Amino acid sequence: MKKVVLLICLGLLGGCSSVEKVLSPEPWVLPYERGELAQPIMQFSRNPLSDKFRQHVFDTREGARGAGVTQGGGCGCN
Amino acid sequence: MALVSLKVVVVVVIKRSLVLLVLSVLLNPAAAETLPEDMLQLMYHSYDGGGVEVNGPALLVRKEFKDQFSVNAGYYQDSISGASPDVIASASAYSETRDEFSLGVDALLGNSLVSLGYINSEEDDYEGNNFSFGISQSFFAQMTTMSLGYTVGQDTVKRVDNDFAEDIDRYQFSVGLTQVLTSTMLMNLTAEGITEEGYLSNPYRSKRVFGTFAGPEIYPRTRTSTAFAVRLKKLLWGDDAASFSYRYFDDSWDIVSHTLELGFTRTLNNRSVADVVYRYYDQSGASFFSSDFQGLFQFMASDKELSTYQSHTIGLNLTYELFNDYLYGFDRGELGFAYDFRMNEYEDYFAPNSNSTEPYEFDANVFNINLSLFY
Repeated sequence: MKKVVLLICLGLLGGCSSVEKVLSPEPWVLPYERGELAQPIMQFSRNPLSDKFRQHVFDTREGARGAGVTQGGGCGCN
Repeated sequence: MALVSLKVVVVVVIKRSLVLLVLSVLLNPAAAETLPEDMLQLMYHSYDGGGVEVNGPALLVRKEFKDQFSVNAGYYQDSISGASPDVIASASAYSETRDEFSLGVDALLGNSLVSLGYINSEEDDYEGNNFSFGISQSFFAQMTTMSLGYTVGQDTVKRVDNDFAEDIDRYQFSVGLTQVLTSTMLMNLTAEGITEEGYLSNPYRSKRVFGTFAGPEIYPRTRTSTAFAVRLKKLLWGDDAASFSYRYFDDSWDIVSHTLELGFTRTLNNRSVADVVYRYYDQSGASFFSSDFQGLFQFMASDKELSTYQSHTIGLNLTYELFNDYLYGFDRGELGFAYDFRMNEYEDYFAPNSNSTEPYEFDANVFNINLSLFY
């Protein structure tokens, strides 16, 4: 019985450790490994003015709006 | 049911994100944001499709000062001529100009990037004013960036031929998270809620009942929408990249939409980059839309943007580096060209004054040419 309780306690401790790892993970891509991510072609929006125009064209001619890469105002949609 | 569960999960995620962001702003001294690059951008844009032509210039300037602030100012003009079939059916074609002015400032406060912005948009029959606030913060060894945005909009809808004037109040709230997944892959998640109250129709457009035009459309005076987007960017072999994005949208008018976008970026040489993009969009129609009502109802709209339809867009972007050495006060210069071909296919919208028994469809050519100067 004592062995069973001991095994359960060890299991719980192991579980706690795993939970702690999940809740506070270590960064898995270190700063020196992120050089390629800094390339311009990896930006979600490389050209703010051009992307704003594109977004405006879609927003004024579609029923959906929001969650885009840029923000704007006004209508111009007749 | 699944949708309700999804929304509950998203609301919980947003709430936890807010707590995490606030805590990280207060407790994380190691994280740091950067200001946008100083630049001057000039653009000419053009849209031609569905009987409407829109074109005009645009300008954006950014300048950093005191290593802590970056101000930006922009101008954007739409010169509109013609009118879409649903407007031209009950009003005449016309031309008008929309002028948009924007001012903004980004500030590094502590370890956060705080943004304030104002946009004013003026037409003869429409005025829009937007005030926006945003904050972003990197944490988790700068692998994660969270952002919050809040925008208040106050618009006035008018007619050019009489004293008609009605207001719209708009509130937008967005949460974004960008995550480094691997050394060659990024992910962005964005959720945005928008609620509007006021005159949400077009004062020139009429509803159609039993085949004839029967006075102004009748819209609900409120609209609330939510949109969730996921974007992935992956660096491929060499200097090429692939992108994927999906957006889910729904609103209180029963419009549900899916937007899918696939992109491929190819570095042609050390000066030229090309992007090819395919975008698919579909939406279900609003609950009170009909191209031709067979009775009178509380809300009635015949706007094709509220109908059921799909669109396919094929796009090509080209960027060419003009110089990367000091020239006339600038460090670097780029020339850009972007072209979209859009095919729009409606399922339950039929163009008025048309003898066709087929639903309406049209193609559009959209392009812009732009010059970016960095300093």
